[in-house]
Amino acid sequence: MRKVAIIGVGMTPFGQLWDRSLISLAVEAGAKAIHDAGITHKDVGVLYGGTMSSGLFSGQEHLASMFADHSGFDHIPSVRVEAACASGGLALRQAYIDVASGAHDIAVVGGVEKMTDLGIYPVTKVLSTAADAERESSLGVTFPGIYAMMARLHMHKYHTTEEQLAMVAVKNHAHAIHNPHAQFRRAITVDQVMGSVKIADPLKLLDASPVSDGGAALVLADEKTARSQSDTPVWIAGSGHATDTIALHDREDMLSMRSTVYAARDAFRQAGLSPKDIGMAELHDCFTIAELLALEDLGFVDRGASGSFIEQGQAHIGGSLPINPSGGLKAKGHPVGASGIAQAIESVLQLRGDAGLRNTGAEIALTQNVGGSGGTAVVHIFRR
Amino acid sequence: MAVPKFWRQIPALYNLEGSVCGCGALAFPPREVCPKCHAVGLKPHRFRGKGTVETFTIIRTPTTDPEGENIEVPARSIPYVMGIIRLEEGPRLTAQIVDARPEDVRIGDRVELVFRKLLEKGPKGVIQYGYKFRPV
Ligand SMILES: [Zn+2]
Repeated sequence: MRKVAIIGVGMTPFGQLWDRSLISLAVEAGAKAIHDAGITHKDVGVLYGGTMSSGLFSGQEHLASMFADHSGFDHIPSVRVEAACASGGLALRQAYIDVASGAHDIAVVGGVEKMTDLGIYPVTKVLSTAADAERESSLGVTFPGIYAMMARLHMHKYHTTEEQLAMVAVKNHAHAIHNPHAQFRRAITVDQVMGSVKIADPLKLLDASPVSDGGAALVLADEKTARSQSDTPVWIAGSGHATDTIALHDREDMLSMRSTVYAARDAFRQAGLSPKDIGMAELHDCFTIAELLALEDLGFVDRGASGSFIEQGQAHIGGSLPINPSGGLKAKGHPVGASGIAQAIESVLQLRGDAGLRNTGAEIALTQNVGGSGGTAVVHIFRR
Repeated sequence: MAVPKFWRQIPALYNLEGSVCGCGALAFPPREVCPKCHAVGLKPHRFRGKGTVETFTIIRTPTTDPEGENIEVPARSIPYVMGIIRLEEGPRLTAQIVDARPEDVRIGDRVELVFRKLLEKGPKGVIQYGYKFRPV
């Protein structure tokens, strides 16, 4: 396997972008990444794109062709990847394997979702397709409901409090203030989270990531191309991907996503690193409880210790391990298929020192992107 | 909406029919491949329908419009309780917990199977029935 670097990044703002279409978001992100890399269209050998459900959100499938066509590429191969909310992270991994294998020297990999063309019930319905349709969602449990059941169990087993969950959202909003692409650039308080409308007890509206539109893209290159093309390549040091049962109730331990555990094991092994080497991480905080579970599954804290880790402020920028300096899915926004790519973009900006007031000074970054309630997880480790 | 989608689920939804492997491993819903030993050709196994609540939530935003035509029946009575139940025989399942005030449900509650309406597909469509659970 060849070494692979990210040499270009680009993203649209995330938010309720009513004047933007699915394809315009994808094309803008891709064009920005190509410009950032200083390459041209003819240098690109292959396209990868992650989107969860363009068919149900936008009535459009066959995105592989559409991405290539509308982005102005002439007949290059193009692949659409789907793994629910991990579609972007998995597209990155597949593009990484493609370039590492020697099949192509330069790949553009994007993620996109256009969610706000649907109302709240249809959006909730589409998101629930990430769960087991016959044995979870059609019986009445919603996607927030599944994470709420994890939260209830974590509180029961470890005495984690609703306030500690709220502190995850408060932290990520504080970080997003300094992110020009974030959907919510404003501070919130624990009291505001606690007082927000309940969606699935114990989770409230401000424990949840929002419904968002947005696109994000990267340019990947093999070592030779990267060194000749870029002064600031960010290397993919480790890449891991694993699965778990699609239904939460089939897991021996409902507070651990084995997908995350095994994806992380493989990424750390490949990179020759361990959790203590990581300087910052972008974790999949679709709900506040998900950030706590990720901290434990990735080995950053002991089982049950994630709530107090957040409460002590250790996950803030300036803390011992900054988590979600971008604002995370919670405050940066969560256009589902774009989120895994946007996590990588934040890592690149951080390692380049281009994250402005969000700079953590990290030299090694980790991303964790989850599909559904943990049925898929993708973990990447990046270094300068 | 094609009707077979509903009737092929009747054994599992009405009778809690899962599968049993020659190795003794039980599964609900029925599986094609044994989760323990990976054998195929599993036989039907009917669960007794008694279990314990391991976790639960109170759903306040359903996936179908409570005023709409195609409705998941729980949506008509928000807030409603969904839980993960450990059956006495071992496997777990996700189900609505009925006949209890949401604020009274606790982890560890003993529950039993009841037969209820799950789904209505508009005024002329299919009505789907299946399993829910209530406190013992
Ligand atoms: Zn077996």
